[in-house]
Amino acid sequence: MNSKQILDREFLEIRAKILEVAAALDRIERANGDVAGDSRMALIADAINVIANDQSDPIRAEKIQLLFSRDYDEKWLEEFALTSKT
Amino acid sequence: MYYIDPHLHMVSRTTDDYETLSKMGCVAISEPAFWAGFDRGSADSFRDYFRQLTEVEPKRAAQYGIQHFTWLCINAKEAENVELSREVLKLIPEFLDCPNVLGIGEIGLNKNTRNEAIVFQEHLELAIAHDQQVLIHTPHLEDKYQGTRMILDMLGEHSVDRSRVLVDHVEEHTVEHVLKAGYWAGMTLYPVTKCTPSRAVDIIERHGSDRICVNSAGDWGPSKPTAVPDLILEMRRRGHDESLIRKIVYDNPRTFFSQSRNFHLSDPATRGVAK
Repeated sequence: MNSKQILDREFLEIRAKILEVAAALDRIERANGDVAGDSRMALIADAINVIANDQSDPIRAEKIQLLFSRDYDEKWLEEFALTSKT
Repeated sequence: MYYIDPHLHMVSRTTDDYETLSKMGCVAISEPAFWAGFDRGSADSFRDYFRQLTEVEPKRAAQYGIQHFTWLCINAKEAENVELSREVLKLIPEFLDCPNVLGIGEIGLNKNTRNEAIVFQEHLELAIAHDQQVLIHTPHLEDKYQGTRMILDMLGEHSVDRSRVLVDHVEEHTVEHVLKAGYWAGMTLYPVTKCTPSRAVDIIERHGSDRICVNSAGDWGPSKPTAVPDLILEMRRRGHDESLIRKIVYDNPRTFFSQSRNFHLSDPATRGVAK
């Protein structure tokens, strides 16, 4: 499939998913309380920014996955004091 | 199209699901041992579970012309209890010669803790000692990337044959690490917490079709045991060749499983149902 065919096929689905995100954010804002300081809101904003602005390399999904991931520390085996038995 | 679902927890599913799977072309299932939704209280509970996996499910599946294979372990979630895990590890060898056992799995990490890592390594040592294949669970959501890297580190420290290890539940940010290291990768088609059929096809298009399998991981949670046919449909809608689709859903799992001495797949064209 070429890019036009994919867009034709997926436009309405993309539109619907964006609306779902927008509506969910509206729902949060309408509700009582304040989540402005919640780190998850910043993560969501960063992820939306990746979708909106990152057009140089088609790996948005991978970048967003990493955004929502805990860091990996390559020295974890030492910190856990674990060594292989084999 | 005939297909194999390499990761499906049928103990949690109804017999109706076996019937539906059979109608949709499923000819074989492999069922890794996993968490029951609650922590079991004793090793005896696992002995009964292993009997269910090796005696009961193969018969239930056979009624619908489906071959049932399994993997044994104590799962990552209950592995936090190291004492119980070691009791369960002692039980496993007596089941390894059961005719449907393919290896050790699904071992792995859940919250990436020290205890989970200890039990993971002890499972690996058991697999090596008994020349077993290994099927590995990677954590979900924010723990997946870190946990997958930790698992690859531990595998790298053991003398395992990488072609006999499948690292499951890979997604966009972990698949390349697994494939580049020489292991098989599994993609789980599962609502919300794992991969959709569309994203799985994207990953195949980006990373190729070698050493990649797809599964439904249907279980007691919100899941869809017929998710593999959803992927078949998505690949067809994108115009992929039938031969490529067949490679992903049939040839690849058959190739991986064929390295187990207990894997004998009947010719789907001549399969019957148990009476």
